Amino acid sequence: MSEVILELDSVVKRFGDNEVLRGISLDLQRHEVVCLIGASGSGKSTLLRCVNLLETIDGGTITLFGQSLTDVRIDPDKVRRHTGMVFQSFNLFPHLTVLENVLVGPVRALKRKRSDVLDEALQLLERIGLRDRSDEYPDRLSGGQQQRVAIVRSLAMRPALLLLDEVTSALDPSLVGEVLDLLRDLAHTGTTMLIATHEMNFARDVAQKVAYLDGGVLVEQGTPDEIFANPQHESTRLFLERVR
Amino acid sequence: MVNETDAKKSEETPSFLAPRRKQLFLGRRAMVASTASTVLIIGGLVAVFLLAPGGATVRHFFFNPHEMWQSLVGNHRDSLSSVGLGLLINIRVFLVAEVFILAFGLAIAWTRMSKSPVLLPFRILAIVYSDIFRGIPVLLVFLLIGYGVPGLGISFISFQSQTVYGCVALILTYSAYVAEVFRAGIYSVPHGQLLAARSLGLTNATTMRRVILPQAVRTVVPPLLNDFISLQKDTALLSVLGVVEAVQAGTIYQDLKFNSSGLVVASLLFLAMTIPLTRVTDGLIARDRNRRLAST
Repeated sequence: MSEVILELDSVVKRFGDNEVLRGISLDLQRHEVVCLIGASGSGKSTLLRCVNLLETIDGGTITLFGQSLTDVRIDPDKVRRHTGMVFQSFNLFPHLTVLENVLVGPVRALKRKRSDVLDEALQLLERIGLRDRSDEYPDRLSGGQQQRVAIVRSLAMRPALLLLDEVTSALDPSLVGEVLDLLRDLAHTGTTMLIATHEMNFARDVAQKVAYLDGGVLVEQGTPDEIFANPQHESTRLFLERVR
Repeated sequence: MVNETDAKKSEETPSFLAPRRKQLFLGRRAMVASTASTVLIIGGLVAVFLLAPGGATVRHFFFNPHEMWQSLVGNHRDSLSSVGLGLLINIRVFLVAEVFILAFGLAIAWTRMSKSPVLLPFRILAIVYSDIFRGIPVLLVFLLIGYGVPGLGISFISFQSQTVYGCVALILTYSAYVAEVFRAGIYSVPHGQLLAARSLGLTNATTMRRVILPQAVRTVVPPLLNDFISLQKDTALLSVLGVVEAVQAGTIYQDLKFNSSGLVVASLLFLAMTIPLTRVTDGLIARDRNRRLAST
């Protein structure tokens, strides 16, 4: 059954005079994958940050599991424990081993016992084929490996929703594949994801819904077929031609 | 269009020979050159010292081995203070002050960077504090605390020894500097680290403790040690409050025996104390630099 877990309604975000989100409305169902596409600076990243409360919004509402995130009684830390976020630049903790990176969320934020989480963490590392590297520090890993660890670090929190911010944009072209494969795998196992991406083929394969942003405006949204094969707006068509 | 003369030039075979004068400093000749220049400069300095018109007088008044030994050990009967014993006070003050400075410095840095609206007055106080104590010469802080606080007549606080006041003056001054070192160190951790930690749902305090501070420490240690080297030397300012530490002991010896060798002894003792720390600091800086170069 479809159940809407995230609902954005006319979300506005300004940095000073610069309006970076101009009334974005979008919703996301459980087990759904939604891809945000658009040029750099179109507001994709800002949108993800707003959902994770790393930015506060200046207008509209964001509703997560029926609760308005603009409510002053909301604890941002609790919201973030259910919405994992993965960044373009990995941001693994360089002073912690790969395993400790994966453990730090459940142990320090959820206050679960280390011994209870350990197996789970090792299984996650097994899943990305890096179990034997678990005692190494992140700087010994390739970019693709680091990004996969960063994804797994978020998964260790068992988030209801995963936010991914151009996670392949900082990678060597040869390393993009392994990260996208992991995301495909996650999509097939029903992980709910909101993905800002420049990988159009990936978006076409994986997303149930694609939304095109331009200058802070959500120009159009629809199934990948609708957007890629038959865009309704001139600007969408031009963008897709440029990136093709 | 390619310019005709440019096109001609590129067809000549280039010569990579250095000019004759520069050749003197290349390859094995460089070692000869460096040895020669070292001998020349150091020899020159020694010669100036030995051959200066007043050289013999200075050697007698500043580098007299007998007087140096006398001032180092002191002499109870002639009420000559020992420079060596005096240095123990410098060391003790340094060690005590250091602990307080680390704690206060971190607390001040933390306060300045806090965002809580409740802490606003403390934030303002922390800024005013840093401005004042980085702005007043240390010597003045010594004099103001050492002679001002006893005058206040508050019980306990106004009835401490001059050594304690000197120690307080050092703590007040250096905490302001160390707070800035901590602050710079914390800001040196990339913003993405903060974002990643917070997006995992870690609280602000946990993020600080588990993610930011462990990374900041690496950057902070060398400048912190530099401040401590400086702190070791500034314990000499206790002498202006009449505390008989190394420098004051040297001055007393000078007054009574009309010989300044005690001051040279004090200098040598300070060097013996600071040079190991200086070497450690430089070593850490070099190691950090190598690590940074290796990781890029």
